Amino acid sequence: MIAIIDYGAGNIFSVKNALDHLGADSRLTADPEMLRCADGLILPGVGAFPWAARKLDASGLTGVIKEQAQKKPLLGICLGMQLLFEKSFEFEECEGLGLVKGYVDRIPEDDLIIPHMGWNKLEYTQSCPLFEGLGDDEYVYFVHSYKAFCPDEALFAYSEYGSRVPAVVGDGKHVFGCQFHPEKSGRTGLRILENFVRMCGEVR
Amino acid sequence: MLAKRIIPCLDVRDGKVVKGVNFQGIKEVGDPVECAAEYDRQGADEIVFYDITASHEGRGVILDVVRETAKKVFVPLTVGGGIKTVDDIRDTLRAGADKVSVNSQAVQNPQLIKDGADIFGSQCICVGVDAKAVGENKWTVFINGGRIDMKIDLIDWVKQCEQLGAGEICLNSIDTDGVRGGFDLPMLKAVVDAVNIPVIASGGAGKLGDFAEAFLTTDCSAALAASLFHFRELTVGQVKEDCRSKGIIVR
Repeated sequence: MIAIIDYGAGNIFSVKNALDHLGADSRLTADPEMLRCADGLILPGVGAFPWAARKLDASGLTGVIKEQAQKKPLLGICLGMQLLFEKSFEFEECEGLGLVKGYVDRIPEDDLIIPHMGWNKLEYTQSCPLFEGLGDDEYVYFVHSYKAFCPDEALFAYSEYGSRVPAVVGDGKHVFGCQFHPEKSGRTGLRILENFVRMCGEVR
Repeated sequence: MLAKRIIPCLDVRDGKVVKGVNFQGIKEVGDPVECAAEYDRQGADEIVFYDITASHEGRGVILDVVRETAKKVFVPLTVGGGIKTVDDIRDTLRAGADKVSVNSQAVQNPQLIKDGADIFGSQCICVGVDAKAVGENKWTVFINGGRIDMKIDLIDWVKQCEQLGAGEICLNSIDTDGVRGGFDLPMLKAVVDAVNIPVIASGGAGKLGDFAEAFLTTDCSAALAASLFHFRELTVGQVKEDCRSKGIIVR
C-alpha cells in the first residue's frame, strides 16, 4: 500500500486517481501508523511552503516522514518536492524536511512569465529508476513560482525556463521529488508514477 | 523550453457536449468524458469544459462530469461557466478541476478573482475575457456571452485582473469568434504586451495555420478552439505537427 500523505494540501485526489488508474493500492492518510506500515509514501502539495511545513508539523508528520524516508521510497510532488529540501525562502525563511540537499527560492528571472506554467521538456542529468521507459523527448506539466537550488548530485533532471529548473531531485537512495505534476503529465507522468509504484513493490 | 499549449474546449449543457450549428439552435453531440478522453489521445495539453447549463440546480452535473473525467484523463482540466462564488470555485476544484475560468462574474465582482487567488492560488484562477474592438487598437470588455458592453477598456481590465491575482487570461475576441478567419492578432498582441501572466488565444481558429500564426506573431502561451476540433475538421495532433514544422515548440 502506498500512503498519499493528506495534510490538507490540494491535488491529492488527482494523485489518488492516477494510482487507481495504474491499479496500485493507495490510501489518503494523515495517520503516522499508516505511514509506518506503507510500502511507499507520496507527499503531494499545492500552496505556500511555510503553511505546508507548519501543517506537517502540527499533524505530527514531520518526524515520521523523516524516519520512514530512510526505509522506503518517498516521492514529493510539486510543493511536496520543495518540502524535501533543507529550507525555503517563500515569504519567510522556513525549515523543510532536510531530506534532499538544497533550498527553495523564487524563480529569479524578472522578465519571465510567472508562474512557470505548462509543459516543459525533461533534460536528464543522471540515471534514475523513475525514468525507466521514458524517451529523450518527454514533456511534463509544471505550475510553480519557486524553484529548487540544489547541488548536482541531488539533480536528476531539469527543464529550461530562463535557467535550469530542477524537475526531478533526490537523495540518491529512497527519496525522490518531482517539481512537475506527474498525475497531470499524461502518459509520461503515468509512466513515472508507475516506476515509483514498482519501486514500492506494489503493482498488482 | 516551455511548450506552446493547444487547448480544445467542450461546451457542456446538462452533462452533454453541445454545439450550436449554424446559429440554428443547439444540439447534443456527445458525452463529455469520452470527448475529453479522445482529446487526451490526440495530445491535448489541457481540456476546458465550458458549462452553459442555465439553471442553478444543474450545476452539480458538471461536477460529476469533472469527477469522471479526472479518473481517466491525466492532463489539466479547466471548468468555466456559471462560477459565481468562492464556494463554486472550491466545489469545482474539489471535483478534480485544476483551474476555473471566471468571466462575467469577475467583471461584475472583481473581488472574486482576488478571493479565489488568495485562497486557492493564482495558478487555478483563469480569467476569461470577451472583448470587441471599438476603435483603432481600442477594445472594450463584454459580458453575458458578448451581449452587454461594460464600457471597460480591455487593457485596463487585464492589468487589473493580473493585479488581483489572476494566474492566466483566456482572451476571446467577439469580432473573430465564429468567423473562422484566424485569431484576433492585434488584440492578442496588445493583451500579451500588457500583462506578465500567460495569455490563451481564443476565438477565430478556422484552419490549420491559424494556431502557428498566433504563436509566431504574438507571445501568447496557448491557443484554444472548440468546434474546429469537435467536428474533427482538425485533430490536436495535426495542429501540433504544423506548429512543429514551423519551429514552434509543442509537446
